[in-house]
Amino acid sequence: MDSGLLREYLPILIFLALAIGLAGLMILASVIAARQRPDSEKLAAYECGFDAFDDARRKFDVRFYLVAILFIIFDLEVAFLFPWAASLSQIGLFGFWSMIVFLAVLTVGFVYEWKKGALEWE
Amino acid sequence: MAEFWTNFAWPTVTITAQILVIVVPLLVAVAFLTLAERKVIAAIQMRKGPNVVGPFGLLQPFADGLKLLVKETIVPSGANAAVFVAAPMLTFALSLIAWAVIPFDAGLVLADINVGILYLFAISSLGVYGIIMAGWASNSKYAFLGALRSAAQMVSYEVSMGFVIITVLLCVGSLNLSDIVRAQETVWFAIPLFPMFIIFFVSTLAETNRSPFDLAEGESEIVAGYFVEYSSMAFALFFLGEYANMILMSAMTSILFLGGWLPPIAVAPFTWIPGPIWFVAKISLCLFVFLWVRATVPRYRYDQLMRLGWKVFLPFSLLWVVLTAGVLVATGWAPR
Repeated sequence: MDSGLLREYLPILIFLALAIGLAGLMILASVIAARQRPDSEKLAAYECGFDAFDDARRKFDVRFYLVAILFIIFDLEVAFLFPWAASLSQIGLFGFWSMIVFLAVLTVGFVYEWKKGALEWE
Repeated sequence: MAEFWTNFAWPTVTITAQILVIVVPLLVAVAFLTLAERKVIAAIQMRKGPNVVGPFGLLQPFADGLKLLVKETIVPSGANAAVFVAAPMLTFALSLIAWAVIPFDAGLVLADINVGILYLFAISSLGVYGIIMAGWASNSKYAFLGALRSAAQMVSYEVSMGFVIITVLLCVGSLNLSDIVRAQETVWFAIPLFPMFIIFFVSTLAETNRSPFDLAEGESEIVAGYFVEYSSMAFALFFLGEYANMILMSAMTSILFLGGWLPPIAVAPFTWIPGPIWFVAKISLCLFVFLWVRATVPRYRYDQLMRLGWKVFLPFSLLWVVLTAGVLVATGWAPR
């Protein structure tokens, strides 16, 4: 294994293990320290006092999907922009203009979504 | 065997010690942030706030923590137990590990990776999983609605946050967080990129589900949203994670726009104060604005929230990226 990469990222790995361990420890401590007396009413999902009418995992507004799809498009765009931004001085005018063209194409799509009303919530 | 010891075991011990030096003050800061929030809001509303437990109520957060510790851990019968328990652990762990790359002073950073800002962006994006998992696993309508809202809101504002980060990167030419701070030695980016600074700060409010964008919790309509079913330490982990994220976002704002550990002007009285103190002071300032906003601004409506994110911040920050890049290329100021 590349020792340079390992040296850079080992602290993060150890940090992750410690953080998850700490979180688990806290929940475990509470489960041990506190008296657990569950009953069926206590374990029912909260719904203003009465029993739940139907399953909570039901249909939801399609606009949440639209937001998710839009997010994927724009987040990918941001991912493309990261290396471009970091190396702007080395890639010259050609690099600059190719990204501007790419952004322009995406903007056309964005304008289309806007005009179609994909961004409307009422 | 000796090689294993010097190459692996010993670094692990020192790294663990360094991590504890970060995590323990961070958790204490989170505890006192909850107190500071109540005190600041109380002062704005001309009340006293908590003042019974300890002098000036200073022990209040520890009393709250102890109370949560001895409460019963409830896993609803309809819930998916494993995911239900994993969600707060994930939220908490993510809010901690982001601190691995935060530079507290020149060279004072746990993992000085090349792609520090990308790592931070990725970790803050993963935060949405904790919320979705909690909302889905609870099998409760309020939790489900809260999680949906929160997820849509967080991804919406993440896009404009990404563009703001790109704008800063254009002026730095590196993804390393220490380089980003060093690039601000002449002028903090909050001045030349002022509109981006405002967009970034408002986006961090939305990203941490803070008021005026706290629709995910919306206690008056969906009774705390995605963590309605949580109790005891599982609830406390969400709470800690949320406040640790607030501190993290303030640290990001300080690094990207307010010059991190750098003093405002590099002249005598300011340079005597060590870097970490400047850094903490800037974080505290941002956190105060977080609390101030909460006490002042009423909650947004959901359509207003989406309109602001997609129709105002996104086009504007996209335009600003193009503009900044254009100016840098045209004038030859692009950093090497």
